[in-house]
Amino acid sequence: MGGLLELTVAQAAAKIAAGEVSAEEYFAAWMQAAAGDELNAYLWSVENHDDYQVVDGPLSGIPVAVKDIFCTEGSPTTAGSKILAGYRPPYTATAVEKLDAAGARVLGKTNMDEFAMGSSNENSAYGPVLNPWDRGRVPGGSSGGSAAAVAAGLAPCAIGTDTGGSIRQPASLCGIVGLKPTYGSISRYGMIAFASSLDQCGPLTRDVTDAALMLSALQGRDPCDSTSVGIEGGIVAPSREDLKGLRFGVPAELARDSFESGVRENFEATLGRIEELGGEIAEVALPSAEHGISAYYVLAPAEASSNLARYDGVRYGLRSGGDGDLIEMYEATRAEGFGTEVKRRIMLGTYALSSGYYEAYYGQAQKVRTRIAEDFAAAFAGVDFVVTPTSPSVAFGLGEKTADPLAMYLNDYCTVPIPLAGLPAISIPNGLAGGLPTGFQIAGPAFSENRILDTAHALEQAIGFDGSKARA
Amino acid sequence: MPRMIDRDQVLHVARLARLKLSDEEVERMTEELSGILAHVDRISQMDLDGVEPTSHVVALENVLRADVPRPSLPREVALEPAPEPVDGAFRVPSPQADA
Repeated sequence: MGGLLELTVAQAAAKIAAGEVSAEEYFAAWMQAAAGDELNAYLWSVENHDDYQVVDGPLSGIPVAVKDIFCTEGSPTTAGSKILAGYRPPYTATAVEKLDAAGARVLGKTNMDEFAMGSSNENSAYGPVLNPWDRGRVPGGSSGGSAAAVAAGLAPCAIGTDTGGSIRQPASLCGIVGLKPTYGSISRYGMIAFASSLDQCGPLTRDVTDAALMLSALQGRDPCDSTSVGIEGGIVAPSREDLKGLRFGVPAELARDSFESGVRENFEATLGRIEELGGEIAEVALPSAEHGISAYYVLAPAEASSNLARYDGVRYGLRSGGDGDLIEMYEATRAEGFGTEVKRRIMLGTYALSSGYYEAYYGQAQKVRTRIAEDFAAAFAGVDFVVTPTSPSVAFGLGEKTADPLAMYLNDYCTVPIPLAGLPAISIPNGLAGGLPTGFQIAGPAFSENRILDTAHALEQAIGFDGSKARA
Repeated sequence: MPRMIDRDQVLHVARLARLKLSDEEVERMTEELSGILAHVDRISQMDLDGVEPTSHVVALENVLRADVPRPSLPREVALEPAPEPVDGAFRVPSPQADA
């Protein structure tokens, strides 16, 4: 059975399609693996598969770990928040329905930073997730449960959401592949909103081929999300093994001495691999990217403060403050239901949108966003991709950075500019440093997913990362 | 360094956001928000006159769908997760406690 769980999704799907492995047996094996979760990666997982109907499709028989931010009809959905404890949605997110239609099935719902706000998974109301490479360290966030589940062999694949790096950073810290597609590739319907102009669903997988397979099933226009447009021509399986004729830009502004030494060494080594495979390294200018964090921490909290207004104790979730009037009920419910980081961001966003400060913060941040998008557009006139480390550090210790929220925010500087420009990017495992995974990020122009996946595939072969230790 | 935001402003914003904060939370929030705002304040100093704001990255015109009726969520299903459903509606406390 251990052999069954070592298969990639593509390998397992092929064996199931050929009748060599039974879908029921494969699902049962993963159900048992998920039930043995010691990392707090799952908030809920399926307990029986008696009603399992195998659906024919490219993901036939494949179990998927789903971040608890996606609504799943009749199953618990909390977004990592106490305010949604016990909530069972009356409908299912389009992304999950599309996986179902391709033959996959939900294996469980994964732990996350509350409402996807965080980079360490320590903001979950249900306790932190432990990193399978070192249980004293964080898995990253906000899709920390999804990343840890895939890395630890508690799920063959997972989906998460990325607003400022929430797929790519935990993928990097857990030693797996994480893809944030172009904004609009995948429907956001039924995906609990954090910052609507940035949020995007994406896969977390063991390898690049599996990420392509999942993206292929997930992408597409959805009448329920008017911002979804899908990826024209669809997604094809990556096969490239060289990088001849491709140009890779490294941002000139990237202060390489701000990376941990192991992260920097692994990054430089992979730049060398790119050249060995026939690719060319160039310097690109992204002068506005340094303001990405500032713009992001105005725009995302502003959108969040509006999106989270719906948690008011009226239609679903927690209600508190029984004896007072309506306003007191709202205030008490939200005081009790939201955690510290969510309150902090609601406050920050409300302040940024309040009379007298709107132009100085929100208006300016929207203009910085334009500048960042223009920087990337100019860069892509000269190079095919922009590459950076995904995170400036390896996984840090639990509790190490919780005392200083600003320091935690500043950590996201390599991932945040990309969603501000709406662009796709992948993080692939880039070797270990001190026994812990590091990540290599490849960003491309809008809707260049096929080219990013092909390039990541070639690099993945060259890097030859072995993640099996975390699954032992 | 003067704080970017003071205690009264924190209380005002909390009121706007419908968040009841404890005294300890107000104190901590004043300090933390001041630190964060001091950092993001750099963008308020930038000269960005003439730059178009970006609210959205997808180049889309209006997206229309056919105007045909379709079933919506049944009332009892929509009321199911509510803390206090009553007579086909959501019950809430009175807007005025003494009314």
